[in-house]
Amino acid sequence: MTHISVKVDGTTYEDEVEPRLLLIHYLRDRLGLTGTPIGCDTSNCGACTVELDGTAVKSCTVLAVQADGSEVTTVQGLAHDGELTALQRAFHERHALQCGYCTPGMIMAARDLLREHPHPTPDEVRHGLEGNLCRCTGYQNIVRAVLDVSEEEEVTA
Amino acid sequence: MIETVAREVGRARPRKEDAHLITGQTNWTDNISVNGLLHLAILRSPMAHARIDRVDVSAALERPGVIAAFSGRDVAEAMGSLPCAWPVAEDTVVPDHPPIAVDEVRYAGDPVAVVVARDRYTAADALEAVEVDYTPLPAALDIESALAEGTALVHSDKGTNRCYDYHSASGDYEAAKARADVVLTRRYHQQRLIPTAMEPRSVVVTPRAASGDFTLYSSTQIPHVLRVLLAVTTGIPENKIRVVAPDVGGGFGSKLQVYGEEVITLVLAKRLGRPLKWTESRSEANVATHHGRSQVQDIEVAARRDGTLLGLKVSLLADMGAYLMLLTPGIPILGASMYPAIYKMGAYEFSCTGVFTNRTPIDAYRGAGRPEATFAIERIMDDLAAELGMDPVDLRRHNWIRHEEFPYTTIAGLTYDSGNYEAATDKALALFDYDKLRAEQADRVDHADTVRLGIGVSTYTEMCGLAPSRWLGEMRYAAGGWEAASIRVLPTGKVEVVTGTSPHGQGHVTSWSQIAADALGVPFEDVEVMHGDTMLAPHGMDTYGSRSLVIGGVAVHEAARKVVDKARKVAAHLLEANEADLDFADGAFSVKGSPEARKTIQEVAFATFASHDLPDGMEPSINAEHVLDPDTFSFPHGTHLCAVEVDTETGAAHIRSYVCVDDVGKVINPMIVEGQLHGGIAQGIAQALYEEAVYDEEGNLVTGTLADYLVPGAPDLPEFVSDRTETPATSNPLGVKGVGEAGTIASTPAVVNAVVDALRPFGVQDIRMPCTPERVWQALRSGQSGQSGKEASA
Repeated sequence: MTHISVKVDGTTYEDEVEPRLLLIHYLRDRLGLTGTPIGCDTSNCGACTVELDGTAVKSCTVLAVQADGSEVTTVQGLAHDGELTALQRAFHERHALQCGYCTPGMIMAARDLLREHPHPTPDEVRHGLEGNLCRCTGYQNIVRAVLDVSEEEEVTA
Repeated sequence: MIETVAREVGRARPRKEDAHLITGQTNWTDNISVNGLLHLAILRSPMAHARIDRVDVSAALERPGVIAAFSGRDVAEAMGSLPCAWPVAEDTVVPDHPPIAVDEVRYAGDPVAVVVARDRYTAADALEAVEVDYTPLPAALDIESALAEGTALVHSDKGTNRCYDYHSASGDYEAAKARADVVLTRRYHQQRLIPTAMEPRSVVVTPRAASGDFTLYSSTQIPHVLRVLLAVTTGIPENKIRVVAPDVGGGFGSKLQVYGEEVITLVLAKRLGRPLKWTESRSEANVATHHGRSQVQDIEVAARRDGTLLGLKVSLLADMGAYLMLLTPGIPILGASMYPAIYKMGAYEFSCTGVFTNRTPIDAYRGAGRPEATFAIERIMDDLAAELGMDPVDLRRHNWIRHEEFPYTTIAGLTYDSGNYEAATDKALALFDYDKLRAEQADRVDHADTVRLGIGVSTYTEMCGLAPSRWLGEMRYAAGGWEAASIRVLPTGKVEVVTGTSPHGQGHVTSWSQIAADALGVPFEDVEVMHGDTMLAPHGMDTYGSRSLVIGGVAVHEAARKVVDKARKVAAHLLEANEADLDFADGAFSVKGSPEARKTIQEVAFATFASHDLPDGMEPSINAEHVLDPDTFSFPHGTHLCAVEVDTETGAAHIRSYVCVDDVGKVINPMIVEGQLHGGIAQGIAQALYEEAVYDEEGNLVTGTLADYLVPGAPDLPEFVSDRTETPATSNPLGVKGVGEAGTIASTPAVVNAVVDALRPFGVQDIRMPCTPERVWQALRSGQSGQSGKEASA
């Protein structure tokens, strides 16, 4: 067992974990933060995307021990006092989700994309999200939602 | 008559469903946890076909944290045989299907043993300690050879790999053929697909041992059907089983199933008296969740030189996989009536042979039989047009049912109530700029451009709203196709709609709210919709086959009508007026001629709750249930046009533009309808260009993960241009037709037609799906199709 200290969505957790424990299982099974789902076991689908120290990572490819001393942000840490982020609002208004299973990862990946390219072209949005699979939407409304946010003056994704 | 003001129906309402999904406050089955929850893991066969000589779980049981472990034999009696509800022919071969294999494994992925442990890691580790001795057996891996003499038998006790033969005919095809100027024969291949809902399946069972009650949570499309069949399969009384479909992350038919894992988890939770969870990994899902398509289609069309269709003959070999699941034999038969599509002709013959193979079972995948049918007819229509030197749109126009001819009974015996193929096609051609693209195509041919342009046409229809119960009975399906809705108007005027549909992304909560809000004249926000729990919504037939709106949504409308009828009696009593003298509009009853004398439906609801002054003898309730069994299917249609650029040097096919004009009847929520089409088109494109479940020569699934099975990402798909025409269905009071499968049904032939169209100048007649760069390149190099379709005879 290894001791770790991780700040997740603003709260610091101290835990003893098996070195092999994946970050996604730590979040879901140990902390009960089930907002981030698991969609595959080869890091292709991106459903489990979270932010590790401000960068999007697929939490199925990160060990919990690698997050020791780091800050993790999940989809559950985005809205504050019921106030949605611009991306969450845009996903809602643009019907950018159907079953919603890919949505947490898609939103986290889109945040990353907009940090790097605050004003992307539609093509850049598509390529920026290529690591995240959606089976419901055909992506068109996801692209629209991300572009909506990028067109807002201040990017507060 | 109810007079409703259409305030909600037709509005692009953002969905009520979204709030918890965009904030991570979700309730996927795998999120569910209870005290003492144990985890179940399943050991699966690494071989396509083998005899099980020995299963020894004793070493697994010695591992710390392992609570129990079982072989198939240990639990066979309690688990029964998994049900098949659709033996399409009287002599359908229905093999025994134990949830955990006992004597033989019949596909790579067939369960062999289970382990129950304190956490998922311990359970997965303990699988390694289970010892299994196999004797490999020869496997049947190909539908085209599985019926040949000497081929290995999937079920040796049945003496054949033939599951059934199904035949139907209307008109005299041979006579039609004799009169034809042109007879075109083609063999198309529907590759095997993996549905790949983003949420892997998961099951949680919480038993209450003392009373023998069980709650089963499952990532399922069919909580109601599942409950019935779990009871039948396990012998646990139906009224002791509650099934809950919590948030469900997509289905596409793959969760329209009674899975072995649901039975296993239920039976072992009962045996152990402990709550159990099983969640599949993606690589487990790829072998263990049923697959779709997998057919060989022989199709022959007889026509006159002027393009007039005379007859159609279709002969299918349909892969069943290793076992019959819930609907396996019926899937190709769902397409049987759809091959004649939107065209008039005098003769039609259909036959289908179901074939067992040592591969993952086949069952419903978005469209289920209808995409296959539409693909074959729309592909051969483009081929016929090429053969006749006609424009493919003109050929269709020459043969389709004209709008003034509805209702029209097709040669397959279906009566299409309404449609306007001319309007949808004209609109699509204009949006697509068809003539300009044809000119560019010719220009590129003239200049011997290395990048060629191809244009694909698909003018599809489909049968939605599965299904009239009588039709299902005639088709030997075990259940009916009705749907239930009930509406409660609460004392405070808020409304609860309970639906028997079980959404998993389709937005029923929003759409049903819109329907109920209009019918009752209450605010959209005041309507709650409940579903997916047999305790909360005890009466239902669930969600599949584009049935939910056409049956379930209309049931909501009808239930609301009953509520208003009951409320009218109370209002008339309170207003001291005759019922006939009351108008109902905007949620209020008013007396004709004196509009100030009025009672809102909320006031009526409270008066009914108080019950101080109801009409004599009236039951103190305005709540109502309606169970709707449709008389017929509905028939959405549309025209999809695809332009593909094919690089003749690399074989890469790139979709340049995609236009669709769909007619799904009256639209409740245009945003949801558009979303359904986008996603459907994407899945159809995926079949055309990207996806295929590939097995090696020993029957191992090569495309076992999302690294190998190419679900398209955002850069792999184009921007879709979509529009609608709106020809209301005449078969239901809302005029709705359904939309869940339309995109998938329409898009695959549009794309493949476009790729083939680009390469016709090189002598290419067909390319097997998926049209990967390699296959396109090879087709180009060989200057002919990758298949053995006969040339047309004149």
